[in-house]
Amino acid sequence: MQVPSDLVVELSRAQFAATALYHFLFVPLTLGLSFILAAMETVYVTTGKQIYKDMTRFWGKLFAINFALGVATGLTMEFEFGTNWSFYSHYVGDVFGAPLAIEGLMAFFMESTFVGLMLFGWDRLSKGMHLAITFLVALGSNLSALWILIANGFMQDPKGAVFNPLTQRMELTNFFNLIFSHDAQAKFVHTSIAGYVTAAVFVVAVSAWYLHKRRHVEMARRSLRIGALFGVFSVIGVITLGDALGFVDGSAQPTKLAAMEGMWTTEKAPAPLKLLAFPSDKQQRNVGPVVEIPKFGGILITHSLTKTLPGIKELEQEAVVRIKNGIPGLLALKRYQQNPTDLNALATVKAHQDDLGYAMLLMRYSPDLTKATPAQIMQAARDTIPPVWAVFWSFRLMIALAFLMLIYMIAMATYSLRGQCMAQNFLLRISPWMIPVPFLACELGWLTAELGRQPWSVYGRLPTWISASTHSGSYMVFSLIGFTLIYLIFIVVEMFLMVRAIRQGPDEPHSGSTSPHGVNPNARFAHPALLPKE
Amino acid sequence: MEIYIVLKILWWILLGILFMGLAIMVGMDMGVGTILRYVGRTDTERRVALNIIGPHWDGNQVWFILGGGAIFAAWPTIYATAFSGLYVVMLLLLWTMIIRPVGFEYRSKMPSPGWRNTWDWALFVGSFVPMLVFGAAIGNTLQGFPYHFEWNMTSVYTGSFIYLFNPFAILAGLLSVSMAIYMGAAMLMNRAEGAMYTRSKKLLTLFGVLALVLFTIGGIWVANMKGYVLHNADALADTGPLHHTGTVDVVKGGWLTNYSRLPVLWLLPLLTYISVILGIIVARKDKSHFAWWLGALGWIGILGTVGAAMFPFMMPSSTNAAQSLTVWNASSSEHTLIWMTGWTIVFVPIVLTYTSWAFWVMRGKVKAEEIESDDHAY
Repeated sequence: MQVPSDLVVELSRAQFAATALYHFLFVPLTLGLSFILAAMETVYVTTGKQIYKDMTRFWGKLFAINFALGVATGLTMEFEFGTNWSFYSHYVGDVFGAPLAIEGLMAFFMESTFVGLMLFGWDRLSKGMHLAITFLVALGSNLSALWILIANGFMQDPKGAVFNPLTQRMELTNFFNLIFSHDAQAKFVHTSIAGYVTAAVFVVAVSAWYLHKRRHVEMARRSLRIGALFGVFSVIGVITLGDALGFVDGSAQPTKLAAMEGMWTTEKAPAPLKLLAFPSDKQQRNVGPVVEIPKFGGILITHSLTKTLPGIKELEQEAVVRIKNGIPGLLALKRYQQNPTDLNALATVKAHQDDLGYAMLLMRYSPDLTKATPAQIMQAARDTIPPVWAVFWSFRLMIALAFLMLIYMIAMATYSLRGQCMAQNFLLRISPWMIPVPFLACELGWLTAELGRQPWSVYGRLPTWISASTHSGSYMVFSLIGFTLIYLIFIVVEMFLMVRAIRQGPDEPHSGSTSPHGVNPNARFAHPALLPKE
Repeated sequence: MEIYIVLKILWWILLGILFMGLAIMVGMDMGVGTILRYVGRTDTERRVALNIIGPHWDGNQVWFILGGGAIFAAWPTIYATAFSGLYVVMLLLLWTMIIRPVGFEYRSKMPSPGWRNTWDWALFVGSFVPMLVFGAAIGNTLQGFPYHFEWNMTSVYTGSFIYLFNPFAILAGLLSVSMAIYMGAAMLMNRAEGAMYTRSKKLLTLFGVLALVLFTIGGIWVANMKGYVLHNADALADTGPLHHTGTVDVVKGGWLTNYSRLPVLWLLPLLTYISVILGIIVARKDKSHFAWWLGALGWIGILGTVGAAMFPFMMPSSTNAAQSLTVWNASSSEHTLIWMTGWTIVFVPIVLTYTSWAFWVMRGKVKAEEIESDDHAY
């Protein structure tokens, strides 16, 4: 039987990871900035102050530069399951395809149609109408995220579907279980709020840069305040929801959790929280010093004092049992496929169907399952543990960055509310360096989630390795080179235009007695709100 | 009739409608992109052309993305088999397609002529190539793809990608490009003035005629090529290409079987001829809105003609005809189709309503002065 080669599997994974992480450089800013635009425009419509319209248009310009690449890179993702993960697409398409299609129909159409009107329709729509459109863009992009994360939620915790031995795929049985999966819901909120944090940091940091340069002060001051307030709530939200997601993972994906916590062995409940450790995947233990808070980990993850969390070695033993249980199931499936009237075979498949995926893990080492050795079974069982070092550190670094942003946002919001921002030279100067932080945190979050899901493409059901298309290695090299080249050009152009647009700054406000082009920069400092308080 | 069979046919029709929407709406933008450098001689003229579709290309492009999603949801086996089998071609399509959004958004952000010129060429490639591949894919589908399935439904593609650029596929690709240019030219006539209007009018006539010529040659070709015929299939018992019922014959002229069984289907190609000829005539009388709608009908005729010939085949296999993917064996489960039908019934009317409204808001001629004074224009 033809299966994808190891090289093709690894290159397919690399390509998916690269294109998805790249796509997610643009998504979070869209998710959050759309709401910040809506907030600014709301102030414009309710107060009628021109400066808020100028703000909306300026940040809207940056939004558009970012949006173009989000759309472009999302387009390739829609097809990448089919091009590179053919077996996956067949195996779960009946379930996984639905949220993707609904995303297009319900959310992406709305977002994309109205974004055109938002950018081009200023003079053709009434104020209220335009504001409504901006809100619809924000709603559309966030609904988009909802459906994509429902699809992703299915990969993390397959709910609402059963395996059909005749069609050899998972089929939808309960749509509500699919969309209200705890993983999907917690992840949607966590991810979209991460987008709000990203946009808030972006707006605050860019505004701070203007303030530092004493440029566009009126607009920057107001943008900073809106961004900072939005940011404080968002960072608190993202941390809280991150905790909820960890709680969900704890029950649905024990191997991911064990990797996130570097728990090689089962520890007495409540387990300690490791702040620092150096997990070695090779030696299967933490090498070097461990810094931990006693009891805190168990409480944080299980929200209880008594629940134990299984360690990696215990989980491997459980995997051995499941692999052994899956073997007769998969063998019976083949018999049933050759003769669909063989009801004995069907009964065996059904009895073992929860562990079919585990037997597929073993197929990688022993294509003929009847000849599998205990060593091969152990090897497959070891595969059920994700790369601990990478997951452990991605997760910790993400959290560290979240707390860094929390401090930054609280500081900025406080000074902004007191009208003291202009005096915070240090804070203003370091602000541009804060811009990459949320993006990095988002990417680390995805690394934690998706590396932690390995070796599964659908947790516990379908191994990643068998999900790939049966391409030749040369196809994969070709596509990887192509993507790298195109995406490199794109990011260079995007960053260049973004930086240029920021340096140029907003159009001068048309308000006040001074002419738009002849503003005396010093006059702006006379504004009482801008003077540092005593 | 069993509800599951009704749903399968319904989703075959919906897929057709989606393809038509894609061809009409995305095709129009692609047409503008293809003729951008000819219709717009100065930078300002090109900007006018880009701003005409500027507010709409993004929404239109969702037809393409939704196409991917809908095939995934309703025809997962096709999604899995077609896109992996056509790997190199799919990448060519996607890579050129993603140049477009970037081109639209970034072209006018810098004043340098070199920058803008580069993006104009990028937009040409990003418009011409996808339409060519779109048509060629349909052309290749008519000829069948070399693929089969292993016992566990792993699809294995055995052909080389070079073969996908065979003469018939190229012809189908050029037909699709011609229709796109017709539609793009009609849109430009709707909303541009002066020299651009005249040039678009010329192109509309030229490519309208070309489309009809290619459609005719293609038709004769199809009548003489090997087509697939399905006998004695049990539409309900077909649970996948491994458990197909009935037999598949591959015979010369096989694609005309449906037409001889049901002669009323000849109205579909006739619709194309009448609409496009009439479209050219009304465009010459400066009724370009009317010409646009007639062009859309022309597309419906073309894709309808292909669909009617192929039913119930969706993706014939040239190396294992019995495993060909059909309406009966390639769909998702009944439960999924029911849910998807529900979402479609609710949201398609809403989408069509706000899309029309968006075009209505942005109606009227795009003027050069407006663009030059607007900092946010493309």
